[in-house]
Amino acid sequence: MFLLAEATSNAAVINWHTVFFFVVAALSCGFALAMLFSSNIVRMAFFLVISLASASGVIFLTGSHFVGAMQLMIYVGGTVVLLIFGVMLTAQEAFITMKTKAGDWVLALIVGGSLFALLTQAAFSVEAWHSTDYQQDLVKEVEKFNKDVIASMQSDGRAELDVEDRKLTKEERVTLSDLQKRIRHGYPELTGQIGLALVGVRTDQPSVEATGYTGYLLPFEIVSVHLLVVLIGAAYLARAKKRSAE
Amino acid sequence: MEWLTPDILTEPVGLSHFLAVGAFLFVTGAVCMATKRNTLGILMGIELVLNGANINFVAFASPYFREDNLGLDGHLMALFVIVLAAAEAAVALAIALNYYNNYATIDVDKANELKG
Repeated sequence: MFLLAEATSNAAVINWHTVFFFVVAALSCGFALAMLFSSNIVRMAFFLVISLASASGVIFLTGSHFVGAMQLMIYVGGTVVLLIFGVMLTAQEAFITMKTKAGDWVLALIVGGSLFALLTQAAFSVEAWHSTDYQQDLVKEVEKFNKDVIASMQSDGRAELDVEDRKLTKEERVTLSDLQKRIRHGYPELTGQIGLALVGVRTDQPSVEATGYTGYLLPFEIVSVHLLVVLIGAAYLARAKKRSAE
Repeated sequence: MEWLTPDILTEPVGLSHFLAVGAFLFVTGAVCMATKRNTLGILMGIELVLNGANINFVAFASPYFREDNLGLDGHLMALFVIVLAAAEAAVALAIALNYYNNYATIDVDKANELKG
């Protein structure tokens, strides 16, 4: 119940969310770079797998567990396997390593470097994106709630300060459930909401439903038809052409 | 024990850090698309670009950083991007294999028949 009290009472405690973020971010970016600078197509495929798998770790750390799992299953388990099959079908001696001209490298790295500088500058220049006030305010609110509850219990003599055997008043319970909702928001119950949104029911914004807005039912249908078209198209394009040979 | 807990590890990360990772993957993928001569290398670059965009979507949808986040919309958009990326990879791979069958090479620099 006293969710963050232990962790936040000591100021210099390691924030594991941050640590894991830096680990997966470094893995993802590092292997993306390794993929960029490797000229062997088989190694590139391997680096891509690790980069995308670590990127799913980054997605998990934003609290989007379902998207992270889908990233692992569809990207790493599906798309990259498809690419690896492509590599295996075309990996002849001459095509395994293809060197790029030095001039191309210089040009691409200049353009890419300036694009990266621009994007990072933009990402860090917006105060609302950069600040961690939201998290720190939440921590402070939880600490304040803890202190208030302990103080009021001591003054009322409601119970010994035993965590198990404690009775909260009605207001305290309301505050607690509100805090818990804000801390726990974005946890796996989102998976159910995503599923409902795909069949046309928004549970996070029920008021929108009144106007006849049907969640994501239409995009879902379009995507499913699109996948069918792609299935047929890819099979048609990649079929063996026996007739032209005869 | 001070040295064990530097500021950078005790402070929470903000939204910007996630956006920076997304930007890095995007740029790496774009440079990969520009420099690789192997058709499949270009496809891998496209995957990285889409992945970088996806990280931005889920970062803006995350409830950890801001009160007014994208919420469910960001998650669903990211899911659609993943599905469409899979479809795109399938078609592009079919085209690449067709090209390989017809011209016996996988080097995009050799694909200059349409050049004016």
